[in-house]
Amino acid sequence: MPVPVELLYTKTHEWARREANEVVVGITSHAQEELRDVVFVELPKVGKTVKQGEAVAVIESVKAAFDIYAPVSGAVARVNDALVKSPQLINQDCYATGWMFTISPNDPGEVSNLMPSEEYTRHIEAGAH
Amino acid sequence: MGEPLVFERSVPGRRGFRLPPSDVPARKLADLLPPEQVRPAPPPLPEIAEFDAIRHYTRLSQLNFCVDTNCYPLGSCTMKYNPKLNERVAAMPGFAFLHPLQPASRVQGMLQLLYELEQLLCAITGMAAFTLQPAAGAQGELTGLKIIAAYHRRKRHHRATILIPDSAHGTNPASAAISGFVVEKLRSGPDGLVDLKELKRKLTDDVAALMLTNPNTLGLFEREIKTIAALLHEQDALVYMDGANMNALLGLARPGEMGVDILQLNLHKTFSTPHGGGGPGAGPVGVQQALEEFLPVPRVRKRGHRFAWDERARATVGRVHGFYGNVGVLVRAYTYIRTLGREGLSRASQVAIINANYLKAKLAQTYPTAFDGSCMHEFVVTLKALKAQGISAGDVAKRLLDYGFYAPTVYFPLIVDEALMIEPTETESKETLDEFAQALIEIAREAKANAEMVRRAPHRMAVNRLDEVKAAREPNLRWIAPEFALQSAAMPQRRDDERI
Amino acid sequence: MDYAPNTDAQLQEMLRTIGVGSFEELISAVPADLRARGLAVPEGLTEPQVLELAGALAAKNRSLDEAVSFLGAGAYHHLIPTVVDALALRGEWLTPYTPYQAEASQGTLQAIYEFQTMVCELMQMDVANASLYDGASSVAEAALLAMRATERPRILISEAVHPHARQTVSMYLSGAHAILQEIPTVNGVTDCEALGKAVRDDVACVIMQQPNVFGCLEPMAQGSELAHRFGGLFVASVYPISLGLLQPPGSYGADIAVAEGRCLGSPVAYGGPGLGLFTTTSALVRRIPGRLVGCTVDQSGRRGYTLTLQTREQHIRREKATSNICTNEGWLALRATIFLSLLGPHGMQELARLNLEKAHDARERLLELPWISAAFDQPFFNEFTLRYDDAMNLDTIHRTLDTAGILGGFPLRDWYPAMPQASLWCVTEVIRQDGIDRVIETLKRIS
Repeated sequence: MPVPVELLYTKTHEWARREANEVVVGITSHAQEELRDVVFVELPKVGKTVKQGEAVAVIESVKAAFDIYAPVSGAVARVNDALVKSPQLINQDCYATGWMFTISPNDPGEVSNLMPSEEYTRHIEAGAH
Repeated sequence: MGEPLVFERSVPGRRGFRLPPSDVPARKLADLLPPEQVRPAPPPLPEIAEFDAIRHYTRLSQLNFCVDTNCYPLGSCTMKYNPKLNERVAAMPGFAFLHPLQPASRVQGMLQLLYELEQLLCAITGMAAFTLQPAAGAQGELTGLKIIAAYHRRKRHHRATILIPDSAHGTNPASAAISGFVVEKLRSGPDGLVDLKELKRKLTDDVAALMLTNPNTLGLFEREIKTIAALLHEQDALVYMDGANMNALLGLARPGEMGVDILQLNLHKTFSTPHGGGGPGAGPVGVQQALEEFLPVPRVRKRGHRFAWDERARATVGRVHGFYGNVGVLVRAYTYIRTLGREGLSRASQVAIINANYLKAKLAQTYPTAFDGSCMHEFVVTLKALKAQGISAGDVAKRLLDYGFYAPTVYFPLIVDEALMIEPTETESKETLDEFAQALIEIAREAKANAEMVRRAPHRMAVNRLDEVKAAREPNLRWIAPEFALQSAAMPQRRDDERI
Repeated sequence: MDYAPNTDAQLQEMLRTIGVGSFEELISAVPADLRARGLAVPEGLTEPQVLELAGALAAKNRSLDEAVSFLGAGAYHHLIPTVVDALALRGEWLTPYTPYQAEASQGTLQAIYEFQTMVCELMQMDVANASLYDGASSVAEAALLAMRATERPRILISEAVHPHARQTVSMYLSGAHAILQEIPTVNGVTDCEALGKAVRDDVACVIMQQPNVFGCLEPMAQGSELAHRFGGLFVASVYPISLGLLQPPGSYGADIAVAEGRCLGSPVAYGGPGLGLFTTTSALVRRIPGRLVGCTVDQSGRRGYTLTLQTREQHIRREKATSNICTNEGWLALRATIFLSLLGPHGMQELARLNLEKAHDARERLLELPWISAAFDQPFFNEFTLRYDDAMNLDTIHRTLDTAGILGGFPLRDWYPAMPQASLWCVTEVIRQDGIDRVIETLKRIS
């Protein structure tokens, strides 16, 4: 599945989408394929201050748990409550209804640290985990 | 056909056990307890007859593999025969029906057993003193880590890091984290052992201790252990040894002489006490002389011919158990050590090592080991060659169940791809080892000729692969009576931060 | 005697298959200077010799069969139905491994599911795990859970919680940036006024024991309400046998309820192994330490059982696990399951009633002695604290009782130095009328 061109990416397989004054965050298709069936998502508390690259959420499959890292610094604005009842949304629709949380960013310059789609595609093709 | 739940066998009015009538004057409940303290209805437990219980729990038991019926070549678990003599001794009223707070004069035999067990463990391991309190290996690790913390506090060091090889058992980093330390992973060398260069690189002045297993989880003896210990001691850091693999060392080598400062044993592994479907175990912790004062209290002391508990605290890390530890398990281990004696214990390790190497040799053509050379009492093979047929180590493990063998440890240690960790122990006969090797070789053939059969295994068990995703997404952790089930399904899933 | 079947001849054959000339070649990795020179352990023994040795040691102990015992104080001597041993000693229950391979462990897994259910029913809580080590460490794990769930550092624990449990909590909390604060008692129960003052928004939980260490019944509902007032959790440490009659923790809003469950079908055994019961509300399920068994279906649609929510545990989460526990008390959990199913609701209620009535009768008769008074004026279950007149020497009393084959109450002076003349007495269903008669007669002779 080609990686959406309008999004930005991290080396740790999160995607970020700028939307008004929030950055929406989720994980990529590559990540959810490796993870297999998501059984539980531990979302951050709304209002929590986060730093770029800090582990802020956890996704669990049956056999493993994975840290999810904040692509930008700021405060957690909203979380996707639908994931509580339906964690499988991350497997089914990771770029849309499977979004995880949003951040009100406090440093607009940080997005330059993120990768555009072509760079991310090269990153996963190079066998990154 | 599955066995129904005991609740599904419940019939109102059935009783499984009758109590004698009261032999004291009857009283009104209201005279004895304030009404708000009284439960309005008894706990809603099932109602079954004695014979129902016998049928139900006997039939359930028959759905289990167990050491008494099946070979369990689980690496680092030491699933050896559990001698029935140990059970008989543990059940003697003189051990089973003792209250922990009885005066010492009335439990001299119990205290003598505990004292002697400590001495025996010291002799076997070369450590100076033991605490018998920890209830399992993981609790022993916790105790050992608290001792490490206490040692550095006493010396006014600020040490926050524990070094742990990437081949370690999961309890090692978990125990370290819970004890307030930061874990620094040590990458193993290409030979599967601790890499001295990597160790030197990571041995900063923030390191409190190194936790290692010897032989390690690949079944390899850390031959540089004395050098490793010396490096740690130079920095006044400590060496903790996870004694899970002690079955390779009885009468052969003693951790106390390797430079190990703290050691935990697993009595339910090396010392034959039964696993019971998940415990009880016991995890005694041994230390060098310099650390004895930090051990949990109380400890058994001998004065002349008398034994007594010594509660004196000094620098103790505290208490980990309600009383003295899993005494029933300690009695079983003591019985085992006295039964085997010096020749029996030495022989146990020798045969364990020969059995493992024999099995390794029989499998060599089909399943390459992860690392070359002889192993100690266990070895790790990699099944990554089967990936080409779309078969994983987990699939092979499931197919082994059809052959009547409990699968070896899979996907551990983490540093070997598609790992199968195999430890036969000394109590498996050559015939069983031959059968086991044969089964594994047969499965390798099946993987090529009929991959689907292996992928969908097991076929001969009461259930085949269970939907673990469903079990995790929709946790059903207890039975609910049908009349209440609809009610609770209607209750929304609460997030765990809702309470606050 | 050893249990390795292979004969020396077979071992030689095996060495040939391996391709070495001797065992020594297999252990060449062990440096010569580390090789042990002998093993300083006595020679092995045959079964009859072991039984003789063990029997001699056991004979030096006076068991609870041979004495009338009024000892409780955290370890309780109760009846064990014959059927419990008859079933539990089967190899299929005693010798399996932890049930990681679900298809080969459906017996153990279903039994644990039944155990989890029955513990929930007994405690009236939402979720129970497959057991922790014992009651004391369960209190400690409850404190750790509360700290993580609330992200607060302060633990309030009543002085009337068993001192061994308090010491274990202290040990587990050392190095965890926690503040352990003890709440005093007044007239044998937790001082709720003091508790009310101590509760603030940095409190992770309040821990109380029911019945408490003195045997007194605590105002648990009040403690629960105070804990919740500032968003803390309420932890109840309870006595399973009492729950046949007493209000269970779920009824007074406990968030976490723990207990020492050995009294459900396992012998006192000098205090161990124990059986840690650990339950929570459903809100806390993802934070529970230890194993959980879940019900699910297999690929053919058959109902089956499996370990679940394992990502909390050490073998997956490693340093981020909810606890480091691996081996727990599975065999005692099985025994408890059988015990509870044999007794059923009415049996548990009757059992509790027997304990309650015998204890009240014994206390009434003991209080008739002129030099014995009640230490506290509180409702109790099967344990109570007596006070001997200052003129009486506790050691003399206990020696006299000991000579008469009686284990009298436990002197509390070591645990509570402010109570040097106090003694904790427990009466369970195993005590008969003639046992109480004997105690009274013996005590009457002391003056």
